[in-house]
Amino acid sequence: MTDIATTPAVARTARSEAMRRALFRFRQSKLSIVGAVMVFLVLFFTAFGGLLAPYPEHVAGGVDTANRFLAPSVGHPFGTNELGQDVLSLVMAGTTVSVAAGFAVVLIGTLIGTTVGAIAGFNGGWIDEVLMRLSDLMLTIPGLILAMAVAAALGPGFVNMILAISLSWWPGYARLVRGEVISAREEVYVSAARAIGASPARVLFRHILPNIVSPVIVKMSLDMGFAILTVAALGFIGIGVRPPTPEWGTLLSISRSYMPDFWWTAIFPGLAMFLAVFGFNLLGDGLRDVLDPRARR
Amino acid sequence: MLEIQGVTRVFPARRGMFGQGAEVRALTDVTLSIREGESFGLVGESGSGKTTLTRQILRLDTPTSGIIRFEGKDMATLSPAALRALRAQIQIVFQDPYASLNPRMSVHDIVTEPMLIHRDLLGLNRRQRTDRATELLDLVGLGPQHLYRYPHEFSGGQRQRICIARALAPGPRLILLDEPTSALDVSVQAQVLNLLIDLQKRLNLTYFFISHDLGVIRYICDRVALIYRGEIVEKGDTRSVFDAPQSDYARELLAAMPEVRVPD
Repeated sequence: MTDIATTPAVARTARSEAMRRALFRFRQSKLSIVGAVMVFLVLFFTAFGGLLAPYPEHVAGGVDTANRFLAPSVGHPFGTNELGQDVLSLVMAGTTVSVAAGFAVVLIGTLIGTTVGAIAGFNGGWIDEVLMRLSDLMLTIPGLILAMAVAAALGPGFVNMILAISLSWWPGYARLVRGEVISAREEVYVSAARAIGASPARVLFRHILPNIVSPVIVKMSLDMGFAILTVAALGFIGIGVRPPTPEWGTLLSISRSYMPDFWWTAIFPGLAMFLAVFGFNLLGDGLRDVLDPRARR
Repeated sequence: MLEIQGVTRVFPARRGMFGQGAEVRALTDVTLSIREGESFGLVGESGSGKTTLTRQILRLDTPTSGIIRFEGKDMATLSPAALRALRAQIQIVFQDPYASLNPRMSVHDIVTEPMLIHRDLLGLNRRQRTDRATELLDLVGLGPQHLYRYPHEFSGGQRQRICIARALAPGPRLILLDEPTSALDVSVQAQVLNLLIDLQKRLNLTYFFISHDLGVIRYICDRVALIYRGEIVEKGDTRSVFDAPQSDYARELLAAMPEVRVPD
């Protein structure tokens, strides 16, 4: 009873045991592992892509017109574009903007959505009605159109783009969290906490929210892919990040006029996008199997 | 100690797309009084309003009419602070030990939470709370090695013991037991019941014991009330109700009761 020194060790083993089991279940599915590896690569290039690029001067906007449209070779594995820039360097450096923007969108969307959904679901009544009708209203406006409107009002740019997409992104989280909070609110352990005398804040933060984290994390991971795509789509239509800052959507947009003769200028940014989206979706599916087994199809 | 006077709870009709549904009378004019130190049993079938009554006592729900007094104080008129203090005095053990423990909290956090909430009342610091949690686990037959485990690592009987430890944590005087053994295996039921009896003697507790199992009621309770469709149809000493039932419902219920051997 006084053996306090051993108790934290007990806690650690119990928790690490749970982790080991989750990891085992995750490893059961090869696709999840593939997804995790792909996501790891994407995150690696997000952090170091700009530094590792073989032609950093091209990333910064330098041109080399003598070497325009070189086909993929040893010196330029992905070839060069209309300005003679190394496509590999641009794609590597472009990871940073695309993934960081996608992540920022998902994060902001989650924060706003969880706050709104938790307040709506926990309080119910007219607060719930008002907040959910508001988020329904947001859902009726197509994200791209809203983003274009925001870009038109605030001007194009990295931060405005993220804000614009986040604005159309949070209602999904609000709905998810609201539903989860409403079902968790009826759990017996929540009644138990209230009977003990726990304050509403305590009930929400200690008993309800920790129990709905899993579906939110799963949705974040699944949404990462779509967020990256949306960011690229905005870049593609020219209201996202401006050149010379490399970004996958912008790269694709510029090079589409050189298809099909100089296919490498478009194929490689597209492929990078494909792999990133695919990786995050596989990872999300894997995480769902581990964290939220009920939702498994 | 606890007086329930003419408590009625009507759930208003829900307005649906196709006109109004019927209102539900969950409790009608329920009057009971529970004395200090006794075990008071409440027997009724599913849907007879037993759980609704516990929710009124805990003030998780408000009666449509009627008064509930604890130690002479009308619970409806208490200030939020006074009500919070009162909640330390009345605790509950729920029927389903699988649902009534937060799966994300360790046993330590579950058992110390009431002490944390009522720290003004109990005046325990972090270290003392942990010590008391260990004592409580010991009291309900669990060990210090269980302190940092999570609910899913325990069996139903062990979980119910954790629930009992949590209920004991703020030092209550009245414990509502809402079918505490009906979700457990028969062999485990007896262990938990004996634990409850033992705890009552040691800690001088008053029990409000809800069950549909007449054998359990007879084993534990001093006095008993029968509830049917939200109305109390009979109440009295356990022995006299079981030996000479007055109402038709009580006779029916006792006739349907399988022969059980009750240790004296």
